Amino acid sequence: MTTTKGHEVAVQELDRVTIRFAGDSGDGMQLTGTQFTRTAAVFGNDISTLPDYPAEIRAPAGSLGGVSGFQISFSSGEIHTPGDAPDVLVAMNPAALAANAREVVPGGAIIVNSDAFTPANLAKAGYAANPLTDGSLSACSVFEIPISTLNAGALEGLDMTAKQMDLTKNFFALGVMFWLYERSMEPTLAWIEEKFGRRPVVAEANRRALQAGYAFGETTEIFHTRYVVPAAHLAPGTYRNLTGNEGTALGFVVAARLADRPLVYASYPITPASDILHQLSTYKHHGVKTFQAEDEIAAIGAALGASYGGALGATGTSGPGMALKAEMLGLAVMVELPLVVVNVQRGGPSTGLPTKTEQADLLQAVFGRNGEAPVAVVAPASPAECFAMAIEAWRIALKYMTPVVYLTDAFLANGTEPWRVPDLASLPDLRVPDRDPAAAFYPYQRDETTLARPWVVPGTPGHEHRIGGLEKLDVLGTVSYDADNHHRMTLLRAEKIARIAADIPPLEVFGPSEGDLLVLGWGSTYGAIRSAVERFQARGRRVAHAHLRHLHPFPPNTGDVLRSYGTVLVPEINLGQLRTIVRSEFLVDAVGFNLVRGKPFAIGEIEAKAEQLLGDL
Amino acid sequence: MTEPTTTAAPAALTRKDFVAADPKWCPGCGDYSILAQTQKVMPDFGVPKENIVFISGIGCSGRFPYYMNTYGFHSIHGRAPTIATGLKLARPELMVWVITGDGDALSIGGNHILHAMRKNVDIKVVMFNNRIYGLTKGQASPTSELGQKTKSTPIGSIDYPIHPLMIALAAEASFVARTVDTHIDHIQRVMEQAGFHRGSTFVEVLQNCNIFNDGAHRAFTDREVRDDRMLLLEHGKPMVFGKNRDMGLRLNGLRPEIVRIGEAGITEADLLVHDETSEDPTIHNMLARIYWPELPVPIGVIRSVQRPTHDELVAAQIREAVTRQGKGELADLLGGSDTWTVR
Repeated sequence: MTTTKGHEVAVQELDRVTIRFAGDSGDGMQLTGTQFTRTAAVFGNDISTLPDYPAEIRAPAGSLGGVSGFQISFSSGEIHTPGDAPDVLVAMNPAALAANAREVVPGGAIIVNSDAFTPANLAKAGYAANPLTDGSLSACSVFEIPISTLNAGALEGLDMTAKQMDLTKNFFALGVMFWLYERSMEPTLAWIEEKFGRRPVVAEANRRALQAGYAFGETTEIFHTRYVVPAAHLAPGTYRNLTGNEGTALGFVVAARLADRPLVYASYPITPASDILHQLSTYKHHGVKTFQAEDEIAAIGAALGASYGGALGATGTSGPGMALKAEMLGLAVMVELPLVVVNVQRGGPSTGLPTKTEQADLLQAVFGRNGEAPVAVVAPASPAECFAMAIEAWRIALKYMTPVVYLTDAFLANGTEPWRVPDLASLPDLRVPDRDPAAAFYPYQRDETTLARPWVVPGTPGHEHRIGGLEKLDVLGTVSYDADNHHRMTLLRAEKIARIAADIPPLEVFGPSEGDLLVLGWGSTYGAIRSAVERFQARGRRVAHAHLRHLHPFPPNTGDVLRSYGTVLVPEINLGQLRTIVRSEFLVDAVGFNLVRGKPFAIGEIEAKAEQLLGDL
Repeated sequence: MTEPTTTAAPAALTRKDFVAADPKWCPGCGDYSILAQTQKVMPDFGVPKENIVFISGIGCSGRFPYYMNTYGFHSIHGRAPTIATGLKLARPELMVWVITGDGDALSIGGNHILHAMRKNVDIKVVMFNNRIYGLTKGQASPTSELGQKTKSTPIGSIDYPIHPLMIALAAEASFVARTVDTHIDHIQRVMEQAGFHRGSTFVEVLQNCNIFNDGAHRAFTDREVRDDRMLLLEHGKPMVFGKNRDMGLRLNGLRPEIVRIGEAGITEADLLVHDETSEDPTIHNMLARIYWPELPVPIGVIRSVQRPTHDELVAAQIREAVTRQGKGELADLLGGSDTWTVR
């Protein structure tokens, strides 16, 4: 639909648009993207975002290493990913252009801050010639805007240095984008007031920058079309935009309330998990106790100590930190106390790619301890799902008296999507039933159904007892070196975890219950897999998608599902870890699709791989 | 959650109430004495035994909780302070003891000791120092002497030993003391003072391992010489020592020196007077550093200062947040400020 507005500007309606904001890591691209996201969300679009930032806080200005990006996809229909490739790139300097231009869809638009295209900046970005003039961007429409100059003009007269003024140029760019997509500036103006209200000059500068950008869109003659993406038809309810880390933090607070016990969250700073600690440390008025520990080991130790005392003790980290926590996790298995350990996976091994996403810690989560040390492992599939899975992790930990590893990744942690605020009454009751205080107490006497041992905490009169890392005698819980007892306790610990399978939802299949191809995934690959499978189904192909949220144990019908398809494809951002487990557990000859690039799969990549497999059938 | 509560201290607990399983240390081990004296002083605190928790790491000292009829947690090597910190965070009303050794506390668990002390976590760390790894059968520990021959250092240790109390002081422990396994009255007195202190408490117990490092402290702890070679610190009293109470410690410039009372006109008034409550740690640092054979080994409470504990500060911040923001409601938390409604 195209209508003409005013003299020259047409308005075109689109189903979906993907924009990538890119600039120096000091240019405020994450903030710009977040503001655009909030505005699109409040307008009612379905949204999905992917921030992409470098490990260095401020790499040298203008260098390729310092480019920070934020991609948002917003749509009038349901979407599952932040989009394979941007329709529009906003590049604040040559390095941002160099790092991103290749990914823009043919026919897409590139908006640049032409002021930044100086010979020095071009050289830093590795350009021999100016890409704005040498024809290398001819596949796209390029819009050159002297953003720095125009912005400085708009801020003239304010009591600020030129450098300070230039820090607001991201809001000029945001204003241009708001005009281009017919978006209201109100949510961002309200945000500026809330954020900078106490610093009037800074607030005024940001306001002027935003409004100047919008006004530029209105008055300039370089744009011939504005675009409208109508609101999506989301299920009725109250929504907010949520990152995975926010969902995890909220889920923990709610789980503690549902269990009627305090939450103690202990953590050591590590990217990309730190935001969970930051967020929970602002919830003191909810009674949340946070503890910044001296190291990763102390963090899990404090969490376990809190659980020993009857609280919900949780810790969060990322890959390298997880390695350090392994011994304490083994102790938690031995003493059978509830504990949730978050691993926000990032590129590994070692320090690897600290700010990028990866799924290569699955085998570590399931197997990575000395001895036979089974734990439950769960993994949310999308940012909004982190909330529910955080509660699910606690449900399992409390009911089965076991540590639970909760695996997210950098993409889930930092990505956002709309989250429907749940009705509190719909959430599970996590209270642990009181013991009959008169009943005989033995530290390792197990519940007949769950095999959980009783959670008798210090302060309980008459039940003083000792626990620890040494093997304990079945039922009585005294130290035991007996050979048969060790074998029995090893089997009991395994059986306790295995029994969780009967207490979790079956693996759901999206699509035909049998067919040519099943795409099996876990974690953050959900969106790309679901979108690819939707495309096949739209073409009438017998392709289905199943996504595991419980990685250990698996839902009880997992083997049956896998055996109902000619081929099982397992896309993972690792070299085949889930595939290794399902092949050994179910003797299914699953095929892997493995790209370990620190970024999510594109829909098209999974589609192409599936197409190739279907062609081979 | 039903809070386990005990309103009043049960009448007259005795040592026997704190005895659990029979200890399985080597016959003659110094740990027996420490255990017995600990059990003996426990009733004095008036704390119901269900509110007392002993947490340990790995090593011979690690078995201690199994022998105390309280709550107990035998954890992993070096990490007991972390578990104690988390427990105290969740349950400030509990009395939490950490039992550790020189290897457990100062080698594998060194980092945790530093931070539990500096945060003034209200836990009582009792470190058994036998200057050897016992349970792994005789390797050099962080307090083993330079040149000491052990299984892992057959021609002598090349590592300079750590002074444990200097570590505790450097980490800002609010209570620092030293005692000796064979000095029964003294252990009781120190353990009692440690038990009543609120805040991070570090007690070094010089302990004999008669199997792998027999006589490690004998040069100054043997009954015949101990009065002449150890300085028994008493708060507010001049630093006098010696069988005949005729020796004292005096500062000569910045250096401590031994003087004879009555010789060259020296009186008790010339001696250093012990002030365990001094905020200035200069003299405390000196006392933590001096050692036999150069100078007498100080025993007793070196430092005892009052400052808000970690759990008190945590509770205060929560109270303040509730005062400022009101008690958090889940509905507000989930709704947040940035919501929109789809009808």
